[in-house]
Amino acid sequence: MAGRRATARGDVNSVNPNELTLAEARDALKAKRLSARELTQAHLDAMAKARVLNAYLLETPDRALQMADASDEKIASGEAGPLEGIPLGIKDLFCTHGVTTTAGSKILQAFEPHYESAVSANLWRDGAVMLGKLNLDEFAMGSSNETSAFGNVVSPWRRRGSDAPLVPGGSSGGSAAAVAAQLCLGATATDTGGSIRQPAAFTGTVGIKPTYGRCSRWGTVAFASSLDQAGPIARTVRDCAILLGSMSGPDPRDTTCADLAVPDFEAAVSRGVKGLTIGIPKEYRVDGMPAEIQKLWDEGAAWLKAAGATLRDISLPHTSYALPAYYIVAPAEASSNLARYDGVRYGLRVPGKDIAGMYENTRAAGFGREVKRRIMIGTYVLSAGYYDAYYVRAQKIRTLIKRDFEAAYADGVDAILTPATPSAAFGIGEKASADPVEMYLNDVFTVTVNMAGLPGIAVPAGLDGQGLPLGLQLIGRPFDEETLFAVAQVIEDSAGRTALPEPWWA
Amino acid sequence: MSVDEKTVRRIAHLARIAVTDDEVGPLQGELNAILAFVEQLGTVDVSGVEPMTSVTPMAMKKREDVVTEGGRAADVVANAPETEDNYFLVPKVVE
Repeated sequence: MAGRRATARGDVNSVNPNELTLAEARDALKAKRLSARELTQAHLDAMAKARVLNAYLLETPDRALQMADASDEKIASGEAGPLEGIPLGIKDLFCTHGVTTTAGSKILQAFEPHYESAVSANLWRDGAVMLGKLNLDEFAMGSSNETSAFGNVVSPWRRRGSDAPLVPGGSSGGSAAAVAAQLCLGATATDTGGSIRQPAAFTGTVGIKPTYGRCSRWGTVAFASSLDQAGPIARTVRDCAILLGSMSGPDPRDTTCADLAVPDFEAAVSRGVKGLTIGIPKEYRVDGMPAEIQKLWDEGAAWLKAAGATLRDISLPHTSYALPAYYIVAPAEASSNLARYDGVRYGLRVPGKDIAGMYENTRAAGFGREVKRRIMIGTYVLSAGYYDAYYVRAQKIRTLIKRDFEAAYADGVDAILTPATPSAAFGIGEKASADPVEMYLNDVFTVTVNMAGLPGIAVPAGLDGQGLPLGLQLIGRPFDEETLFAVAQVIEDSAGRTALPEPWWA
Repeated sequence: MSVDEKTVRRIAHLARIAVTDDEVGPLQGELNAILAFVEQLGTVDVSGVEPMTSVTPMAMKKREDVVTEGGRAADVVANAPETEDNYFLVPKVVE
């Protein structure tokens, strides 16, 4: 693939510390080729130059340097954790103790949690350093990071010969942009309908949504509780595997978090695909799909075959119903989860003539347009007279969607290969039409995975005709993220590492 | 299925979100666009299918009924817009 920089692997003396992968930085720190403070400072410097991207809502340099110094001590005394000294960005949906957590919303603009989310606590336990909180679509509702109350994120990628600002995808747009622009070595993100995988695909980064229940949702601001799942975005498959290993794990405080030991995801990365059966689902070939994406999908399949996998055409008949069913289930759950933002215990309060007026004014002022729209659809489909026709029916269709996957896996398929998105990244403001559904179609390949609770990974596979990244998606069996990492690594090796965007912003 | 203005106002009230007169029209259009999109689900044969209650099969976790934490009233009210003596203050609820 054409690109500006081929990363010099491991040679930290002649290369900017930011250009190391997470795995390379980990090795360099261990070998004492650089200090955690140097590594963190290099990232803080890069962040200061990249504010035009608006990837970070909040930079935490003092805390970052404090954490880096503590990591240097641990490394010196031989007590380094798996992520010791590694600087990360945290999507502003994870509650961080003493650091504002806004969920990209005015209604939580000044909210300062007095507790730490399970996922971020795991990262600090393993020695990671917090650079700051990353921008996102408001309450994780969006596919372009254009609904944040605190401004759009601008993608570090641009079309060849154009300076039109592009979206990084969403809802984890800040996370994906920061990783792609080398403003952190990895980022946490969440995925309810595609919010890790779609921005990863748009920015040439790797993102995995693990199986529902792999990571604890405790302390993560809830959008749709039966669909939400935390996961990492990073520059390589190995980096993602390392991060997921730290983020995952049982948690008695989250009743939906599985009591399963965390496998060694990093070890799985080099397994290869010999003897695996990869399903190619015909229903993912949608009308109007750009030829470039079909070609990339075929190419990905060919790479896997060349590496020893068997390809099999499969059918997932209820695929086309996943997106409309999602737009009943997710808003319904959101309407319930967002009922707590009432101006009473935390967040924005706008006075009213009485308590009902206070609720109505607070929520009208505090929520953005997309959030209001989804709360209202959710309220409608759960209301008396419509609950059976909409919500219950959508939950039945969800069972059918899951059964399609179960049948394929029972028949010997190990993983399923699909495109990640129906297009490359589009321009900021390009999809601002009156029809919300046009934006929703971005998630057509990703929502099926949340609806079925399965793990899914997006891995960069090529560039389109305008030089923008395109990704492929792999969908796995429940709790079999290891196979996804193994297959994704073969794609990454075959495609070559994605060339990083030209730093026009620095 | 589509919604009229009256229904939009009713839904807004159920959701406790104030809507101005100007906002009702555009909201109605947007909600109807979404409802039109989900209409296709009506064609699926769901006879005999159970609604999905748990996306990953799991048993509800239980724990011993003992107090394991508490006494952190200051933390709990720390972000409250109005608080006094560790109570949340709200406008008077009139019966």
